[in-house]
Amino acid sequence: MKSFSYQRATATEGAIQAGTMRGAKFLAGGTNLVDLMKYGVESPTTLVDINHLELKEIVVSPDGGVRVGALVKNSDLADHSLIKTQYPLLSQALLSGASPQLRNMATTGGNLLQRTRCYYFSDISFPACNKRDPGSGCAAIKGYNRIHAILGQTDKGTTSGESCIATNPSDMNVAMSALGAKVEVEGPKGKRTIPFTEFHKLPGSTPWLDTTLRQDELIVAVTLPPARFAKNAYYLKIRDRNSYAFALISVAAGLELDGGLIKSAGLALGGVALKPWRETEAEKVLAGKPGGPEAFRQAAEILLHGAKGYEHNTFKIELAKQGVVRALSLALRGTTEGMQA
Amino acid sequence: MSIPFGNEPDADEIEQEEKDLEKNGLHFELSRRRFVQAAGVISAGVAVGLPNVAAETPGSRTQAITLKVNGQSMALSLDTRTSLLDALRESMDLTGSKKGCDHGQCGACTVLIDGRRVNSCLTLAFAAEGSEITTIEGLAKNSDPKDASELHPMQAAFLEHDGYQCGYCTPGQICSAVAAVEEQKRGTLSIVSFHTGKTEHPEMTDEEIKERMSGNICRCGAYPNIVAAVRALVGASA
Repeated sequence: MKSFSYQRATATEGAIQAGTMRGAKFLAGGTNLVDLMKYGVESPTTLVDINHLELKEIVVSPDGGVRVGALVKNSDLADHSLIKTQYPLLSQALLSGASPQLRNMATTGGNLLQRTRCYYFSDISFPACNKRDPGSGCAAIKGYNRIHAILGQTDKGTTSGESCIATNPSDMNVAMSALGAKVEVEGPKGKRTIPFTEFHKLPGSTPWLDTTLRQDELIVAVTLPPARFAKNAYYLKIRDRNSYAFALISVAAGLELDGGLIKSAGLALGGVALKPWRETEAEKVLAGKPGGPEAFRQAAEILLHGAKGYEHNTFKIELAKQGVVRALSLALRGTTEGMQA
Repeated sequence: MSIPFGNEPDADEIEQEEKDLEKNGLHFELSRRRFVQAAGVISAGVAVGLPNVAAETPGSRTQAITLKVNGQSMALSLDTRTSLLDALRESMDLTGSKKGCDHGQCGACTVLIDGRRVNSCLTLAFAAEGSEITTIEGLAKNSDPKDASELHPMQAAFLEHDGYQCGYCTPGQICSAVAAVEEQKRGTLSIVSFHTGKTEHPEMTDEEIKERMSGNICRCGAYPNIVAAVRALVGASA
């Protein structure tokens, strides 16, 4: 690990100021950053420890939604009475991720910035990774790409400086996307709010950037709109073992029902792209219908339109489609009953 | 890539280290470092899992730090890169917490910070300054390892139910289990609680225990007995 200086921030303004220093990074839970520093992937020259800032509240917003401080721990968010009763989709997603120990450490803001789990990114003995070393190429395209993207990836060959088929590994992000969250950030030039779908970016021609957050900005909160899916929500995570593993695919499905018909839906896929995959058309096609396998399959086809697999992950296309149908079916059944799939 | 070995400490360095430890109220008969030196083991860095931080690394930043572990405050001087796990094991002679993967994937390093279970391998020592840290050594009423008369009930349950084979993951398992039982008493949920529809104060069924203990890997596969130990303790206090 490269040497760094450690600073503990006591106020948000001071933290933002310290964060503008060249080579500085914010330290929250550290579950991803410290890990990547050990691997030699991240090498900040200054760590600004923000854990003592007052960003730990979960409060009801004036619009009836909820504002979650950036430093609320994943375990505290999952178990908060407002979240587990009004936003069970988010609780389920959080509790599907990592382990109890890691959830006790990881924060809301940090989870948003979790880097990909692509092996070629985290293992510096592989020279080609545009995300780690811009312009070096993408070893995953011809490599062991079982956990990699099937949607929204940039594939111009292994040697192109634009190629990247990595995925975003977060469970929380998938639920946040389906719920229509927003990210509040603060920088030297002031505050701004970023809609969730615009926070994470696809690789495009700049695969080294994961988000639209600027270098000198600090995430201060995530806001959730008024709850629509309190009664009908399901987070489906399919993985190689039943706990403590990243998703091969995951589905966040929320349904708002009115008189036996679907009034609105929230639907996002995880494990398939560099950001939670959401298509408003796939949600709209469900509106006004009673639901059921046929309608759900239609939504799945829209969501997976244009998917492209690789040597080791083509199975994820059909897996994701069936996952969408299953998650929506279980969401329709209701949150309060036993949800064993 | 070659793995950098930790430099072999010479006798003077070891003596100084022992003096430093004694200053912090730690006493021992034969330090592991002295043993390694006496036994003439080469590449001790790998054998004992010394951190990849050689003392002569350019730009090394060493700072004063006070850590409160098991109720005792200790003043130390550490490189900013030191994980809490390495601080406990290498600088405080608290080698109960184990280094398995060093990447938050196995749970062998689990300790409690302000009562919450965390992976000490991914916690920077400096980030833990000001918190109350509890390690496996701090669970029993009597910290003398030769005196097993007043073990923490979870330690006793692991003994009773043979919740281990080689024992390497056991300190992490026990710290994790202690926290898991507390969490369940507070009514916290797991994903199993949602899947079984028990979102109002879920009971500690075997399925719940397995999910809530899934952050601790046991390579020997002592899982059934670990579950039995936790189940027995929950049943006894229910």
